[in-house]
Amino acid sequence: MSLPVRSIHLCLSVAGFRLRRKWALLLFAVPEILPAAYDSKIEGNVIFTRFDAALNWVRKNSLWPMPMGLACCAIELMATAASRFDIARFGAEVMRFSPRQCDVMIVAGTVTYKMALAVKRIYEQMPEPKWVIAMGACASTGGMYRSYAVLQGIDQLLPVDVYISGCPPRPEALLAGLMKLQEKIAREHSFRKQKPELVEKLEEAFS
Amino acid sequence: MTREEALDSLGKSFEEKIQSKTEFRGETTCTIAASDLREIAKFCRDELSFDYLIDITSIDNFGYDPRFEIIYELYSMPHAVHLRLKLHISEEVGAVDTVSDIWPTANWHEREIYDMMGIKFNDHPDLRRILMWDGYPFFPLRKEFPLEGLPSEMPDVAFTKITPMEGGPFVTKPSTATAKDREPRAHPPEL
Repeated sequence: MSLPVRSIHLCLSVAGFRLRRKWALLLFAVPEILPAAYDSKIEGNVIFTRFDAALNWVRKNSLWPMPMGLACCAIELMATAASRFDIARFGAEVMRFSPRQCDVMIVAGTVTYKMALAVKRIYEQMPEPKWVIAMGACASTGGMYRSYAVLQGIDQLLPVDVYISGCPPRPEALLAGLMKLQEKIAREHSFRKQKPELVEKLEEAFS
Repeated sequence: MTREEALDSLGKSFEEKIQSKTEFRGETTCTIAASDLREIAKFCRDELSFDYLIDITSIDNFGYDPRFEIIYELYSMPHAVHLRLKLHISEEVGAVDTVSDIWPTANWHEREIYDMMGIKFNDHPDLRRILMWDGYPFFPLRKEFPLEGLPSEMPDVAFTKITPMEGGPFVTKPSTATAKDREPRAHPPEL
């Protein structure tokens, strides 16, 4: 087989079958160049897709937030989590207050210099892959606090993915920001980023 | 006890120690010497039943001598009487006796004054900074301290930078940067 190296994508195959009266999903990766043979017996249970697409789909629909509530934006963040706005519709209702289970840090409020390195430390404790939302004017730029005590934007310490304007933003704005982040995650080449050696080996094997 | 009775009693007991007494809109302010503070404070609490210390504040009269003022707001819960004590401290002295054993609430008020103004309190049980971190080298409410702050660095604790004031809400310095330059930018998705 001779294919240009860059054209190889891995496909994630998902096969479902019944095991002990429960449905189980079997996930396996196959090179995209294998033909997707039609088999009437399993046709209804197998989906072929790009591995990245499946991985990103899983990731973006269960973003567990790290609620970094530092000021009044945190009140809007709580409202977003409550029943009227219901962040659970986007799979982000699991606020754990522990960085080790979190995917996205929502920096909600004024970041003072006294708190800045603590925020950074919590971000560093989050496992990869991780994203950051700067919620509101203060977290984005320091907002109205042009002062000796306030960090002028959390982007001086963390790589911010989505900025949300507002003082504080409405819960709808936070949800819109979350959906923007989901769109961004859907475009990522996450498999190549996470397993660069494996991708290289596969590319060598198929070239 | 009415307000007049309380003030008369204070005036009789400390006639020569009250440097001045002003009335403004029903509020009395007595200026005293820093060395007499504890004696007068104890008398106010025990004899005149000023059992509530509302607040302690400090003023920086930069360029004048004595430089600092400290103001004690007293209130008597049983008699509903308010009294203000005021004293001056020069920059060279820079310290005043604590009243945190007389009114325990003074503990944190005095820590805040120490943090923001750099005035020390003699015999204070726990004189540490309360808002800024231990090791921060400046006193931010002093007049010579600029609004935009000064850079400082304490590894693993905190740091400060100079805040850009152009186009800001408090200082109307014109800014040459366009809105596009000033707005923060999200980093692109990692492709």
